[in-house]
Amino acid sequence: MSVPTGTVALFATCINDMLFPDTPKAVLRLLERLGCTVDFPLQQTCCGQMFTNTGYFTEAMPSVRNFVDTFGAYEWVVGPSGSCIGSVRDQHPMLAKRLGDPGLQREVDAIVAKTLDLSEFLVDVLGVTDVGAYFPHTVTYHSTCHSLRVTKVGDRPYQLLKAVAGLTLIDLPNADQCCGFGGTFSVKNPDTSVAMGTDKMRAVLDTGAEYLVAGDNSCLLHIGGLLSRNKSGVTPIHLAEILARTEDDYLVQADGATTKSGGAR
Amino acid sequence: MSSKEAILGRIRSALRDVPNVAAADDVAVNWQYGQRPATATDDLLGLFVERVEDYKAIVSWVVPNEVPVRIANALTDHGATSAVLPAGAPAEWHEAVAAAGIAVVTDDPVLSHAELDATGGVVTASRVGIAETGTIVLDHAADQGRRALSLVPDLHVCVIRSDQVVSDVPEAVARLQASIDTRQPLTWISGPSATSDIELNRVEGVHGPRTLHVLLVNE
Amino acid sequence: MSPERTETVQDTTVVHERRTPAPPPVTLIGMPKFPKNAKKELANSQLRTNLRHATTTIRNKRVKVVQELPHWEDLRLAGEAIKNRTLRHLDTYLLQLEASLTANGAIVHWANDAAEANQIVIDITRSKGADEVVKVKSMATQEIDLNEALEEAGIAAWETDLAELIVQLGHDRPSHILVPAIHRNRSEVREIFLEEMGRYGTPPPEGLTDDPAMLAGAARVHLRNKFLRAKVAVSGANFAIADSGTLVVVESEGNGRMCLTLPDTLISIVGIEKTLPTFADLEVFMQLLPRSSTAERMNPYTSMWSGVREGDGPQEVHVVLVDNGRTKVLADQVGRQALRCIRCSACLNICPVYERVGGHAYGSVYPGPIGAILTPQLRGTASEIDQSLPYASSLCGACFEVCPVRINIPEVLVHLRNRVVEEHHGPSAWGMGMKVGGWVMGKGNRFGMLEKGAELFGAVWPGDKVGPIPGPASAWLGARDLKKPPTETFRDWWVKREKAKRSGDSGQKDA
Repeated sequence: MSVPTGTVALFATCINDMLFPDTPKAVLRLLERLGCTVDFPLQQTCCGQMFTNTGYFTEAMPSVRNFVDTFGAYEWVVGPSGSCIGSVRDQHPMLAKRLGDPGLQREVDAIVAKTLDLSEFLVDVLGVTDVGAYFPHTVTYHSTCHSLRVTKVGDRPYQLLKAVAGLTLIDLPNADQCCGFGGTFSVKNPDTSVAMGTDKMRAVLDTGAEYLVAGDNSCLLHIGGLLSRNKSGVTPIHLAEILARTEDDYLVQADGATTKSGGAR
Repeated sequence: MSSKEAILGRIRSALRDVPNVAAADDVAVNWQYGQRPATATDDLLGLFVERVEDYKAIVSWVVPNEVPVRIANALTDHGATSAVLPAGAPAEWHEAVAAAGIAVVTDDPVLSHAELDATGGVVTASRVGIAETGTIVLDHAADQGRRALSLVPDLHVCVIRSDQVVSDVPEAVARLQASIDTRQPLTWISGPSATSDIELNRVEGVHGPRTLHVLLVNE
Repeated sequence: MSPERTETVQDTTVVHERRTPAPPPVTLIGMPKFPKNAKKELANSQLRTNLRHATTTIRNKRVKVVQELPHWEDLRLAGEAIKNRTLRHLDTYLLQLEASLTANGAIVHWANDAAEANQIVIDITRSKGADEVVKVKSMATQEIDLNEALEEAGIAAWETDLAELIVQLGHDRPSHILVPAIHRNRSEVREIFLEEMGRYGTPPPEGLTDDPAMLAGAARVHLRNKFLRAKVAVSGANFAIADSGTLVVVESEGNGRMCLTLPDTLISIVGIEKTLPTFADLEVFMQLLPRSSTAERMNPYTSMWSGVREGDGPQEVHVVLVDNGRTKVLADQVGRQALRCIRCSACLNICPVYERVGGHAYGSVYPGPIGAILTPQLRGTASEIDQSLPYASSLCGACFEVCPVRINIPEVLVHLRNRVVEEHHGPSAWGMGMKVGGWVMGKGNRFGMLEKGAELFGAVWPGDKVGPIPGPASAWLGARDLKKPPTETFRDWWVKREKAKRSGDSGQKDA
């Protein structure tokens, strides 16, 4: 394992920051446990893909500029989202080329090279797959399209999950099929989105898993919303939150309550 | 302005961003994938037979001097009472087919569509075989006849020599360049006529010959 | 359904009986936008089942035959490079193609648009004294709506591909590039054949069952007469080779060979982007296309012909080179990659949206992911349906992965969404929301303020979940639960933690 000497910037992503704070907390806990120095620069906002993918390129530009202003100085930028990281790496250069000046293009190109999804940072930079996590549950993993095809995290999440003590991983049928979230697609094409999500939910239920794990809370918001509405009893959970947990989280204290810590729910 | 000039004009204005370099020098194509040895498999003919049979065609190994009689047998086995033979087919084929009691039909004078439709089978030679895909290519030289001959009858007996079988599509295309240079038509045949149009399940037997019997001449 | 009477207005009103089955009356261009069409199709249980079955079958088969070729990715790169080279010098290659074809005895026509192309076919057919043509399945002729143009001119166009025949006899529209009747299952095909076949030629045999082999046999008998008597055939072309003047048609059933070989006159409608520089280039495409389309190592039949061959096949060969919007696509530096398309339909078969909605919802002869990027470029973005097509995708990217010529469909979709926004920027709720959102996301403190609002909402909202409520939010909340926002964002939690750290408080240290 090789811990970087410089500070790692945590890019929480806007959706996690506002709606799923447990996920960036888990990332922080995990990275600090592994010896990293982590900072959360407060100027950060959003990758802007909500605007880009809806066709509003001009409206995405403030996010692009803010991203380089916020993260330019760090050695690594790490975020718990294949989709948002993918947007930075795939779409920011396109936007900078179309609507930015050569200076911005250079800054964007420089930052793309050091912006990583959590699973990439763990496996490729830190060189670990066993992060010392403990999670005594049955889970199934949804690969999420942008993790798979834009950020291309490959089998890294599987490597990480397989090394978690106590965890039973069940393969999800049709794992590479989209869940139907698609950002504003879920609002612009709600019926098709729900039809796709229902099939994904059925695949999840077929596994009999307790937890549905993914590297993107946006997809989990959608599939989890369906699972909850249908009282399925399956809990959506971000990969980071599993990796952050250790056996200590499950030790029953003398008073009968389990210990509580930042990474656990 | 003619439509031709208008279209070419629109193309040129659409491509204003493209640097002015010769077409052949622009955009390199990496052909490295095709640089496999000609004998990519130890058992070229075995693979060819397996792949042709995958399409539910019939393949028989034949030694050279038995070709005529095996042609006649194939026609008989599939119940053909008449067969059209191309003008360039060897005389021994004609003789063997006639000797088996099958009416030999020739395309001289040119057969009408109806006459061809009434003929039970067709016998042709071929130009190239492709092992990897189980394909036979006709270039409609004199020993294969014009295209309609190997299309309208319901049974196609196709003779191919082992030295005509190559490993893959790039090798086949290289060999077929000569036929293209002389502007001969090509027909690539991979099994009998088939369709996947109903529920994407492949079923054999639509408009082309419903039976394809390949005689592979092992020289 | 019986042949309907139509009126063709020329100098005098001529009333004639339709020769061929009438397609449904809706015009594609006037269709409502995609989400509306999708909603209707999603409720069609039969369609859902048929499509799930068919696309699952072909997807699994494709993976198998693609894995057989270890150099598949190299082949895709080569296919992309060859097509790019051709498109970047399209004028040169088209002139070379025309010269080669002419030298081979073919007659070359150029058509700016659908109307010109259709008129060329009508004029040639009339000059031969023919009142019918047999057709090889061709997307170009679907695109220009040739059949209806011929029908209006009193010429019957008989589709001979099995799926096209099912669509034509079913008074239907194609819903897939490769298998236009993919939305029909075997028992529906049987019903169509029983009902309609006899009206337009040889009826189906007695005791027709829904066995696909028997249905294919019925098509063989029904079409045989039409093949044998046809004087004129109309085809498309998968490839047009510039240096040798060779056209290529890739098919399965032999109906293509029949049309390309038996009639005296052959007219091929070829989109200008079908050009390839040399015969040698085919070694790439004859590997890419069959494995990507029907998921076979090779399709049953491929015909290649170079103009007129004395004593073999049609002795009068016409080639119509059609633009019909393609030069507009070529002018778009991002969108032009759509012209690399070889119409294999792998993107349709893999698309999760297509699988559930089917082809008709796209309101175009080109459905699915490729249709969503090609149609708005060919037709422009004036209509509701064309504006909605670039949004008819979750941007999952599976289409790009399977595309044999590496068309980055998600990239073009996003590009076209921007084009729709730029070309139609009237006041809208979306536009306002995006403008405000873009400003908010420009600075951390602005987003922080928005988050304060979310925290407040979380604090005052009763219960854990935001349930179904009427209004615009119902698109989400109608089917899915949404947890209310937490009362503390990560940002606020972090600020507190840092403050505590600085003041030496170890209360939050374990986090």
